[in-house]
Amino acid sequence: MTDDVILQVKDLKAYFKLDEGLLKAVDGVSFDLRKGETLGIVGESGSGKSVTNLAIMKLIPTPPGRIAGGEVLFIGKDIFKMSDEEVRKIRGNKISMIFQDPMTCLNPFLRISTQMIETIVLHQGLDKKAAKAKAIEMLKLAGIPAPEKRIDQYPHQFSGGMRQRVMIAMALSCEPEILIADEPTTALDVTIQAQILELIKELSARLGTAVILITHSLGVVAGMCDAICVMYAGRIVERGTADEIFADPKHPYTQGLIKSVPRLDKVSSQRLYSIPGQPPNVINLPDCCPFFPRCERAMDVCKTKYPKIAEIGAKRSVACWLYGEGK
Amino acid sequence: MAEKANENLLEVSGLKMHFPYHTGSLWTRKKGHIYAVDGVDLSIKKGETLGLVGESGCGKSTTLRAIAHLYRPTAGKVVLKGQDLTAASPAELMKARKDMQIVFQDPYASLNPRMTTRDIISEPMRIFTKAKLMSLTKIEMDERVEQLMERVGLSRFFKNRYPHEFSGGQRQRIGIARALALKPDLMLCDEPVSALDVSIQSQILNLFKDLQEEFGLTYLFIAHDLAVIQYISNRIAVMYLGVIVELSDSAELYKKPLHPYTQALLSAAPIPDPAVERKRQRVILTGDVPSPDKTRTGCYFYDRCSKRMDKCAKSVPRLKDAGSGHQVACFLFHDPE
Repeated sequence: MTDDVILQVKDLKAYFKLDEGLLKAVDGVSFDLRKGETLGIVGESGSGKSVTNLAIMKLIPTPPGRIAGGEVLFIGKDIFKMSDEEVRKIRGNKISMIFQDPMTCLNPFLRISTQMIETIVLHQGLDKKAAKAKAIEMLKLAGIPAPEKRIDQYPHQFSGGMRQRVMIAMALSCEPEILIADEPTTALDVTIQAQILELIKELSARLGTAVILITHSLGVVAGMCDAICVMYAGRIVERGTADEIFADPKHPYTQGLIKSVPRLDKVSSQRLYSIPGQPPNVINLPDCCPFFPRCERAMDVCKTKYPKIAEIGAKRSVACWLYGEGK
Repeated sequence: MAEKANENLLEVSGLKMHFPYHTGSLWTRKKGHIYAVDGVDLSIKKGETLGLVGESGCGKSTTLRAIAHLYRPTAGKVVLKGQDLTAASPAELMKARKDMQIVFQDPYASLNPRMTTRDIISEPMRIFTKAKLMSLTKIEMDERVEQLMERVGLSRFFKNRYPHEFSGGQRQRIGIARALALKPDLMLCDEPVSALDVSIQSQILNLFKDLQEEFGLTYLFIAHDLAVIQYISNRIAVMYLGVIVELSDSAELYKKPLHPYTQALLSAAPIPDPAVERKRQRVILTGDVPSPDKTRTGCYFYDRCSKRMDKCAKSVPRLKDAGSGHQVACFLFHDPE
């Protein structure tokens, strides 16, 4: 069962030293990713979703950032202990990434062909001609019409949705084990979003790629993911399968979040629930539950100690004093 | 007749906004127009919320700005409280702006970083006092700023702070307080919750609803999130490529969308429930929204429509009643003229 796990993140900590103090962007995050699984990481801005994934790719800018602890095991090997040379062989090859804004990730001065061929030649050792054929095939898979012609165009000649398709084609061109998608549809319209999500779903199933989907949209994770991690202020507050999280959220934050999203399928004139207060500033955060000032069920213990992570089922855990031993 | 004029706070008819552009070098110069808004008719009753949805580039924001006369519309009429703004002189327009205020999308870009909260919120009052359209003393203004801040959920002790000291949600509250400062009748809200986090979004939506009840405000509310629009609006207009393709009562639109574009839009919107998501049938549109730089002879949605017919390419469908006030611009429901 455990050999199914291709990525294991254990107690990952990524800190940034800023003038204002120590920013614990990610503070003790652990999760497993199985082969072919789609894992959603949900959280609001500043909750540490993106930093977690940059850390997995060893892409944290140092300084000011540093990995303050933990390990990331990719098929049993710790990425943090590898040499830069070894990591480069994994990055873009075994683990690849797509970002929110495809325009900032494509080089505007280079043709799509140049950018795609570069990756394929580097990682797969094909010659240029074979690499171009492969690139065209990938673009076709990603649903770009007339890929033979489009491949020689520049990024600005593509629309937002098409650019994201190019990014996906590029990311999947080396048939990676893991695709990290960081808010892949946030910059896109609803109808285009549906197209892109469908594409990621279809291609990952076909190529057997595991996907880590980072998003702030609960609607997107509900339709896409097998498992979900909910993050708040640099930590995972709740973990479980998509069905468990939505049907029976345990952490007061997850409960509040799900209740505060207006729903299309349930037309009601009732007032929307809203979580009071603001997300905390993560600089110099005290070692207590960061959610307690906004929590309706806060107790005395919440103000003094960060809750232990309570395992409340297979693959299901919650970091709240209401559950487990702290109860 | 007079009573009818009172009923509709805002009436917009045949609104067009075309932007000229030219491309190419000196020798290959080409001129053209972007038809951003191409004939919009709508009306809003007093105390009502009209939601405007559509994808980026469909002309939602341009419609709103043309109504506020931040641009002079190319054609059409905008009638606010019985006064035709398109024929108004600059002085009359200024007076009319007291009755309509805008809340912008980006709470970072719409507040001057070098002004304190007090200055930002009191600026409209200062301007209108200077123009002799209002008379408020400095002390009265200060009182009003404090009242407004408390009303939108900010402590009055923050009034000397600068925008960068606030979070996104708090800044949006400042923007709302500024829009309320002149006691407007109509608030034009241009995606006011799109830039906010989920937990803050619901706070601001509730604030909009409370303010409407308290001050009897009328909203023209733009959003691209269909669930948000459904929550806040009484009636909804769906825009595509510069025209309204469907306009109906909010509940009716979600229960029985008529236009193929509305159907696709609704089915594409994700629902935060895995059990519901698995059972849903998706209509996935192919292709992108075409560029709005051509005038069209047929239906604007023709290229992407799954139910297109021959007659759709030949003439443009107009917005017409398909029963009980549900208006739709599609030849599936009425014949070409």
